[in-house]
Amino acid sequence: MAVRIERVSLAAGRVASGVGIDPRLLAMLGVLLAIWVVFDLLTGGLFLTARNLFNLSLQVAVVGIMATGMVLIIVSRHIDLSVGSQIGFLGVLGALWQTQWVGINTPTAWWSTCVLMLAAGVLIGAVQGWLVAYGRIPAFVVTLGGLLFLRNAAYQLNDGKTIAPLDDTFQLLGGGINGTLGATGSWLLGLAAVAGIAWSVVQGRRKRSAFGFAVRPPLVDALLVVVWSAAVLGFVAVMNAYKRPQSEIAMGIAIPVVILAGVTLAMTLLATRHRFGRHVYATGGNPESAELAGIDTRKMTVQVFALMGLLCGLAAIVITARLNAAATATGTMTELNVIAAAVIGGTSLAGGIGTIYGAVLGAVVMQSLESGMVLLGVPSPLQKMVLAVVLILAVWLDMAWRRRGRS
Amino acid sequence: MAPAGALVTAPLVEMRRISKTFGGVHAVEAVDLELRHGEVLGLLGHNGAGKSTLIKVLSGVLMPDSGEILVDGQRVEIRSPRDARAHGIETIYQNLALTDNLDAVANLFLGREIAGRFGFLDDAAMEHAAAGTIARMKLRLPSLHALVSALSGGQRQAVAIARAIHFNARVLIMDEPTAALGPEETRKVGALIRELASQGIGIILISHDIHDVFDLADRLTVMKNGRLVGTCATAEVSKDEVLGMIIAGDLPAALARRHRPVASA
Repeated sequence: MAVRIERVSLAAGRVASGVGIDPRLLAMLGVLLAIWVVFDLLTGGLFLTARNLFNLSLQVAVVGIMATGMVLIIVSRHIDLSVGSQIGFLGVLGALWQTQWVGINTPTAWWSTCVLMLAAGVLIGAVQGWLVAYGRIPAFVVTLGGLLFLRNAAYQLNDGKTIAPLDDTFQLLGGGINGTLGATGSWLLGLAAVAGIAWSVVQGRRKRSAFGFAVRPPLVDALLVVVWSAAVLGFVAVMNAYKRPQSEIAMGIAIPVVILAGVTLAMTLLATRHRFGRHVYATGGNPESAELAGIDTRKMTVQVFALMGLLCGLAAIVITARLNAAATATGTMTELNVIAAAVIGGTSLAGGIGTIYGAVLGAVVMQSLESGMVLLGVPSPLQKMVLAVVLILAVWLDMAWRRRGRS
Repeated sequence: MAPAGALVTAPLVEMRRISKTFGGVHAVEAVDLELRHGEVLGLLGHNGAGKSTLIKVLSGVLMPDSGEILVDGQRVEIRSPRDARAHGIETIYQNLALTDNLDAVANLFLGREIAGRFGFLDDAAMEHAAAGTIARMKLRLPSLHALVSALSGGQRQAVAIARAIHFNARVLIMDEPTAALGPEETRKVGALIRELASQGIGIILISHDIHDVFDLADRLTVMKNGRLVGTCATAEVSKDEVLGMIIAGDLPAALARRHRPVASA
C-alpha cells in the first residue's frame, strides 16, 4: 500500500515537473487537504464551514505576511527572532500615536498611524541588519537582543497598559465586521485575479516564443488557468457564504487577506523576478561567490532585514486593528509560528532555498492545525506540543525529499 | 578595437618588475610576465613561489609595491577587480565562484543581470544570450536551467569560463583549472582552452604541476621563491628541464645562453 502510494506520488511529481509545476506545491496542497478533511470529520463538520474558513483566513494573514519576509531572511543564511516583539512594540507605538497625538476618529489618524508603524518597522529592521552586516554580529544574537529589547520597550512606552479602543477607520484594516470587501467587491477582486492569472500565462508564452524557446502545450496552460481561476473563485464563494451576524449580508474577503495576497504577489515577484531576490538567493547559496561576482552582500543584508521590518509593521497594523487594542504582550511567541511556517513551506535553514508561496502555505498548514485543535477542544499546552512535533516531522520529511531528489 | 601598427605587435599584457612584500617578506620580487594575443601561458612554481600573489596583482585583488602593468602596450592602473574587468581581465578561481542553488543562466549573469526598469529581470533575454555564448564556445550543457549543483566538474568549469567569455574577457586567468577533473573532463576543458586561444584570447594557467599544463601551454613562465626563474617556449624544452626550473631554479642550457640572469639585472 505504502509502496503503491509512493509510486503514484512519484509519477505525479514527474508529470507535474514536466509541465512546470513544482511537485512540492502539489504535495503540500495534498497534506493541507488531508488535514482539512480529517479535522472536518473529527469535529462533525465544524471545520469546513464558511465561518471557520473565514476566521482561518484572518489568522493566516498575520503569520503569512511575516513568513514571506522570513523566507528571504533564512535564504540569506540569517534568522530574525525579534519579529514577534516587533509587532508588539509597533502596535503600542501606533496606538499611542493615534490616541495621544492625533486623536482617534480624526481624518489623519488611520493613515498617519500606518505610515508611522511601517517606517518604524523599516528602521528597526535596518538597525538590526546593520549590526549583522557591518557589526559582524551573528543575526541570532542581534535579533535575540531585539526580541528582549523591543518587548520591554513596548512595556516602557505605556507602563504595560493596554491601549483601547482605536480609530474606527484603522479598525477596518483588521478585517472586523466592516473590514471586508462584501459580496460585490470580493467578486470583482476575484475576477481581477483571474484576469491577472490569464494575462501572466499569455505574457510568459509570448516572451518565450519571441526568443524561439519551447513553450508548454496550450492545453496544459489553459488547464492551469482554469484550475487556478477555480481556486480563486471558489475562495470568493466561500468567503461570501459567511454572513454578518443576524443578517443575509455577505462578509466577503477580509481586508487582511487582501493585504496578504498583495504581499505574497509582490514578494514572489521580488524573490523570483527581481535582481534583489536573485542576489539574496545567490548570497544564501554561496556568500563568497556572490561577493566575487560584485554583489554588495552587506548592503543587501541591511535591505533584507529592513524589508522584514516593513512586513512586521504591516502585520502589526493588521493584528492591532483586529484586536482593536494594543497590548504589550501582542505577538509573544509569534516568531516561532513565522519561522515554522517558512520551514514547513520548504525553506532550508542552511540558506539558499525557499519559496514565498511555500511559506504562505506553511502558514495555512500551521494555522489549520491550531484552528482544528481549538475546535476539538484540545488543551492549549497539548496544541503547542502537537505543533512542535509537526514542525520537526516536516523538516525531517523535507530533508528526506531533498536527499532523494539529489540521488 | 585595436588599430593597426604598434598596438597589434604589443603584447596583450605585460607586467614589468612587479614587487610585493608582506611584512618584510618578498612574496614577489621584480618579476616580469608577458602574455601575447591568442596564447596559452603556463605559470608554474611550487606553493609559495609567488605565482598566486603575482596573479592577484593582475586581477586587482592586491596592489603591487612597485612595477607597472601594460595592456596592449598602454600603461594601466588596476586598483580593484572591477578595474581589471574593465580591461577585459577575468579571473576564474579554483572554487569557480559559482552558486550551486542557481541555474547556469543565473550564474552566468550573477552580479551583471539583464534587467529592465525597476530592476526586474529579463530572464528570456538572459537565456537567449547565454545560449549564444555557450554555442560560440562549442559547448554542450544538459540544460541551461539545470542547477549548477547537478553539473559535472567539467561542466561547472565550462559555466565559469562562459561567464568570463560572455563579458568579453580578453585575458583569462585560470587557477589550476583541471586539478579536480578526471581524464575525460580534463581533455574537454583543454580543448575549450585551445578553442578560446584560437579566438585571440590570452590565457594564463596557474599550476604547481607541470603535467597539468605542459600539453596545453605555448610558453611557460616559472617562478621560485618570489623570483622569476625564466620563460621558455614549451616546444623548446623537455618536461625534465622544466622540472629543474621549478625545483632547483636552474635554467635549461639552451635557454641560459640567451637569457639575461635575474640576479644581475
